[in-house]
Amino acid sequence: MTFSANLSLVLPEVILAGSALALLVWGAFQGKASPAFTLASVLALLAAAFAAVVGPHGHAFNGAYSADAASTYAKVAIFISSAVGIVLGDRWLAQRGDQKFEYAVLIILAALGMGVTVSAGDLISLYIGVELQSLALYVLAAFRRDDAKASEAGLKYFVLGALSSGLLLYGSSLIYGFAGSTRFTDIAAAAHGTHGVGLLFGLIFLICGLAFKVSAAPFHMWTPDVYEGAPTPVVGFFAAAPKLAAMMMFARVLGDAFPDSVGQWRQVLVIAALISVFVGAFAGLAQTNLKRLWAYSSIANVGYALLGVATGGETGLHAMLVFMILYMVDVTGFFACLQALSRDGKPMETVEDIAGLIKERPGIALAMTAFSLSALGLPPFSGFWSKFYVFKAALGTGDVLMQTAAVLGLVGSVVGAFYYLRLIKSMWFDASKGSVDAPAPAARAVGFAAALFAFPVVLFALVWLAPAAKAAAAAFGHA
Amino acid sequence: MTGLLSLTTFAPLVGVAVLLAVRTIKGDSAATDALAKWIALATTLVTFALSILLVAQFDAKNPGFQFVEDVAWFAGLHYRMGVDGISILFVLLTAFLLPICILASWTSIEKRVVEYLIAFLVLETLVIGVFCALDLILFYLFFEGGLVPMFLIIGIWGGKRRIYAAYKFFLYTLLGSVLMLAAILAMISISGTSSISELMSFKFAPWLQTWLWLAFFASFAVKMPMWPVHTWLPDAHVEAPTAGSVILAGILLKMGGYGFMRFSLPMFPNASEMFQPLVFAMSAIAIVYTSLVAFRQTDIKKLIAYSSVAHMGFVTMGIFSGNAAGEQGAIFQMLSHGVISGALFLCVGVVYDRMHTREIAFYGGLTNRMPLYAATFLLFTMGNVGLPGTSGFVGEILTMTGTYQASTWTAIVAASGVILSAMYALTLYRRVMFGEIVNPELKTITDLDKREILIFAPLIVSTLVLGVYPNFVFNLTASSVDALVGAWRAAVGG
Repeated sequence: MTFSANLSLVLPEVILAGSALALLVWGAFQGKASPAFTLASVLALLAAAFAAVVGPHGHAFNGAYSADAASTYAKVAIFISSAVGIVLGDRWLAQRGDQKFEYAVLIILAALGMGVTVSAGDLISLYIGVELQSLALYVLAAFRRDDAKASEAGLKYFVLGALSSGLLLYGSSLIYGFAGSTRFTDIAAAAHGTHGVGLLFGLIFLICGLAFKVSAAPFHMWTPDVYEGAPTPVVGFFAAAPKLAAMMMFARVLGDAFPDSVGQWRQVLVIAALISVFVGAFAGLAQTNLKRLWAYSSIANVGYALLGVATGGETGLHAMLVFMILYMVDVTGFFACLQALSRDGKPMETVEDIAGLIKERPGIALAMTAFSLSALGLPPFSGFWSKFYVFKAALGTGDVLMQTAAVLGLVGSVVGAFYYLRLIKSMWFDASKGSVDAPAPAARAVGFAAALFAFPVVLFALVWLAPAAKAAAAAFGHA
Repeated sequence: MTGLLSLTTFAPLVGVAVLLAVRTIKGDSAATDALAKWIALATTLVTFALSILLVAQFDAKNPGFQFVEDVAWFAGLHYRMGVDGISILFVLLTAFLLPICILASWTSIEKRVVEYLIAFLVLETLVIGVFCALDLILFYLFFEGGLVPMFLIIGIWGGKRRIYAAYKFFLYTLLGSVLMLAAILAMISISGTSSISELMSFKFAPWLQTWLWLAFFASFAVKMPMWPVHTWLPDAHVEAPTAGSVILAGILLKMGGYGFMRFSLPMFPNASEMFQPLVFAMSAIAIVYTSLVAFRQTDIKKLIAYSSVAHMGFVTMGIFSGNAAGEQGAIFQMLSHGVISGALFLCVGVVYDRMHTREIAFYGGLTNRMPLYAATFLLFTMGNVGLPGTSGFVGEILTMTGTYQASTWTAIVAASGVILSAMYALTLYRRVMFGEIVNPELKTITDLDKREILIFAPLIVSTLVLGVYPNFVFNLTASSVDALVGAWRAAVGG
């Protein structure tokens, strides 16, 4: 394959890398982000998404990189979500009169990392993508460097993230040692039929490292602290796109490199998924801080997505892909609403802060109610449909382990229901705590759009989203 | 006429849209509230008219589904709607009770009136949808969706312990429902279809039926509610506003019984037969135990709530007797209980609106000041006891006849429930109504006003009409019930 043919496959990443560097230079001269600067960065992401859609499919660089239906599906979602993250973050910084241009550049770099990850066909390109994405996110978490909590969040994220990268690397080197290659296709061939303990050992390490990245229990400890400390728009961003990217890594590694070992990795994933669901459900009960609460909610939701991955095959991955998109919309919307809310200039942080919100800000309260009900998994909201796909896939396997896990997962969702109901109770039943500041228009608009997606748009959107995810899921295992 | 069913189901949502528009244009004021009430009333009346049209066009000879609509959706799901003899009367009951609920809230709801009316209209759509859905997922959508408006109705407009009651109601029901969801997803995966009518003829393996039956049972037993998972009901009833109690007792509980007849019996016949003794035992315990509990209550609403649980015991017993008398009786008992218990909660609402207490000990001697009210309350008390001539009698006698054929002992135990219900209901009536007025606060209490008479009139008429001419119901249900019983007998080889 010629070099230009390779380049045409990686065009989305080329666009992002080029624009990140150009924007960095522009920003350095300008000093601060201007509306034109923000617009340019959003356009770069949208152009990359467009390039991913229209670009050819195939394997570049001797299979280290693959563009297929799955990577396109994930990239479109990731790039759009990153663009939303830039807009929200820009507004948030503008409110504080401190429009650092690095914000948009970092998000583009993170998006670039994610783009590489979801297209990885090789352990090395996977690792490069993961690291690029993670390093950008560490900085974003600590973006308010004068704030002690934000610095703590960034440091915690960095230290634990570095540890997980270490696990990932150690697992990769073991796999390389036993398979003789870092290419997924070669690993799949080596793992075919009888395979040694060494390869599995490496796989377990790899899964642990990835579990850190998706914040699946028992590797979830960083999540609540980072969510609490990091700026709200940043949380909204890294609760959405990087989660999808990390789930795609799972799908890539397990679906492309270890498709025949499903019996082995399924046990690990099911246990991690169930622990996540129950940790997310029970630990969330005790939270009063909204961001921490949503952090535990995200842990529980990752558990459900992992159940989809654990199911394996086309149906399981299909379910996971649908799940993640619906979840991304929900979580983006929720944090956008949270960003829009403040009282006397102070952001609302606790469940008590939003008491009686339905009287003060009925629109935002309704949107947040929709997100809570959706996260609870109540029909007809989008969260129900995401669970519908996952549990249908898990129950349809005919595997007793998966079926038991699905029933337990559903029971876990009832425990979690309590804290979502507490949000609704606070907003609807409790007395208001005084007037609320006028909401930021951009954040509110994103919140409303996401709420409308959660219901009723999702009922129509799934008509094309589900087939798209099905086509994407079919792409795994043919690396 | 195709589309009539969807029109009936979603008509209340049109009212919701109008309410939202009015609220946006006119702002939050007393005038808006007054207008909103009329809009809501008109919407529910139109829905009621549509449901009457539905019954009028219904072909009673046809045991299958009618007014069927089927539009393909995604993931192999369909928007499928249709009614048969078992479900159509519940649609009518829902549409009948909703205008009464709106009227009953006319003066007693003072805060956030528009939201309140919207909650009721949304609930109406969801409940009618439950009875009309012919697709498993669509059914689940309506079934679960109903939790939210009810949660809000109890939580916002309820009594002192409303938040506890709202949580309890929601979480109890949700736990039952997610197990049902697991079963629904398993059924779709195994059979490859989500159509209820196709699943009725699909033969699940007997061991699988056991699990699926249990999962559905978890949901419907909580909804019904059956002993021992009934404890959410008294709390929810006591804390809910009057109209909330009416809709809860009148309609929401019936979703459990309807579910048993629509899913458990036809789809899992072998498991239904296997678990018949369990259901009979739970029903008999419910009838005797909750009747005794009702007797000990000091709160009027709680007493009626417990009596509801006892009456639902007759329904479950009748459904799982597996013969035509039992099924017919169960449907009839559900309809009759919907009218009578709704009316009883309204009766409590009448005195609660005036005195703001539901303590039995507070009252006494009301016959002296409120003769019309006393007569109304007497009629519904008698209906609750099951006096011949009222609709309560027909349902009880038929379910017991049906059960007698299946299990003599259960029927004998259940029959004692008739005496027990007389015991608590008549004691309640004596303590509230008879004697001299001793409480000075009651000296000025006023009798029913015109609005209240208007509310009670249709309920009185339907109680009596159903009591003396029950064939109105049986004509509509007979062929569907025969088909259900026939299929069950064929499956279990009885």
